[in-house]
Amino acid sequence: MTDFPDPLPWLIVLPLLWGTLAFLLGPGRGGRLAIAAIALQGVLALQLAGQLLDDGSRVYAVGGWGAPLGIDLMADGLAAVMLLLTQAVALPLAVFARGYFAASPKGRELFWPLTGFLLAALNALFVSADLFNIYVTLELLGLAAVGLVAIAGGRQPVTAAMRYLFATLLGSGAYLLGVALIYGSYGSVSLAVLTPLLTSEAPLAVTLAAALILTGLLLKTALFPFHFWLPPAHGGAPAPVSALLSALVIKASFYLVLRLWLELFAPLATVAAAQLIGALGAAAILWGSWLALTQTRLKMLVAYSTVAQVGYLFLLFPLATLVPLGAADSAVQGGVMQAVAHGLAKAAMFAAAGSMIVATGRDDIGRLGGVGARLPLTLFSFGLAGVTLMGLPPSGGFSAKWLLLMAALESGQWWWVAVMIAGGLLTAAYVFKVLRRAFLPVAEGDRVTRVPRTLEFSAFALALAAILLGLFGAPLLELLAVGRAA
Amino acid sequence: MSAALLYALAGAALFAIGLAGLLLQPHLLRKILAFNILGSGAFLILVGLGQRDGIIDPVPQAMVLTGIVVAIAATALALALARQLLDLTGQMRLPEDRPDTEPADD
Repeated sequence: MTDFPDPLPWLIVLPLLWGTLAFLLGPGRGGRLAIAAIALQGVLALQLAGQLLDDGSRVYAVGGWGAPLGIDLMADGLAAVMLLLTQAVALPLAVFARGYFAASPKGRELFWPLTGFLLAALNALFVSADLFNIYVTLELLGLAAVGLVAIAGGRQPVTAAMRYLFATLLGSGAYLLGVALIYGSYGSVSLAVLTPLLTSEAPLAVTLAAALILTGLLLKTALFPFHFWLPPAHGGAPAPVSALLSALVIKASFYLVLRLWLELFAPLATVAAAQLIGALGAAAILWGSWLALTQTRLKMLVAYSTVAQVGYLFLLFPLATLVPLGAADSAVQGGVMQAVAHGLAKAAMFAAAGSMIVATGRDDIGRLGGVGARLPLTLFSFGLAGVTLMGLPPSGGFSAKWLLLMAALESGQWWWVAVMIAGGLLTAAYVFKVLRRAFLPVAEGDRVTRVPRTLEFSAFALALAAILLGLFGAPLLELLAVGRAA
Repeated sequence: MSAALLYALAGAALFAIGLAGLLLQPHLLRKILAFNILGSGAFLILVGLGQRDGIIDPVPQAMVLTGIVVAIAATALALALARQLLDLTGQMRLPEDRPDTEPADD
């Protein structure tokens, strides 16, 4: 540990610091500080990824105390991939948000402090090494996210925030009960201590705890049928907030489900439970895509698209549970790739949608005429993000779905292939619904104004990253393999 | 029946009461109280099961203290939102929102 500063704790401390500073600077200030700090966080995340590729996964004892007295932070390949995704999405979004709030100031007062706390909670969650620390970071994340949903004020956003708060509190309540049962059974919450203790002959209380923890996390990830809170919360918030929530916040609880399923609860995993989660994912893909198709508001369409894309993430569980090793590996890679690709593409899509709303002055798919002529780069970004969501080559979404398809065929579960193809077609339908309208000429009486360059280019950068991920995804998969049982 | 089990069962009962309240009560203040009861149930289980042969384990006590801080923060946020909702809609319950039919605010 000769590196100074050590990236692992600074990835958590830095956003906390600039979030607090932005609050002290006063309402709406701190944007430039945030952009500089997030860029620095990106460098730290890259540095950490480099360390992991060289030396394998690592542990950091906060304050030098070490578990069980202190709190340990742990970073492996999966955590590093999520950290990289978080900073990579946050940086263009911060640039976007500065321009967006200059053009549409509603909700700018508390955006930067809450975003700082949100990023600190996300980074802390990804490197938490014990179940209770995960609970605290989950709550921090949930409270910051609810605050962000409500910042614009108004009846619909505040209602959505309230509903989101109850959903997220219920989710963490179930999670905490599960942690209590596990502590009662084993007397520890450290993942490293618990993993060897937990076997397939675990007492009933532990099985119940696993069910509670996973259900709580699924509620927070908005997997069908727990998706009710997501569209109003993500669709009603200001565009930069929607992008942060859809791209990153739901990925945090997905990350936990994945990590716990593959490591701690692996001895308890059954084919029936995995198939059930997969079936919920399939239902989310079909139902979410269908509802996206029927929306009249642009941001609600993008929000329902998130409900659908979350479904793809959960297809990895039936494909990775009790199947040949090659298929399981390919399923996990595909699922993580989908999380990264969706994170980048959905941030791009919400950013592009935000620009279109600023330009047309309303959130209505039927009134998008003229956007194609006046905001070609924004519409192009929306289209590129759509390509990733549909899973067309050469995007990151294609690599993800390809890996999932391979896993499905290798493990002989052809029915998931049918779901993925149907989902891809429905995705194409709702993306083209927007594109078709945007290419029409301006309707009589409507105005499409230009938007600042930073809005257009930040959305484009995100969409481009989602495409490039498909071409240069191999290093990411190499990083993912660090610390996973070989 | 050991003391630990008694605490745990009481905690489970509290959790169930809180859960029912959170899901079934329409009044926002009742929902917020129900969430606190649910949280207390989980804390009671954590502390109750965290004693071995009558010797009290300090770790869950520390965890519950942290948990209480988190619960207070969540309650404060919930109350602030409920207050805003009362100002905006004039009632202490979640309105039936159909955002796709409502004109956009932003």
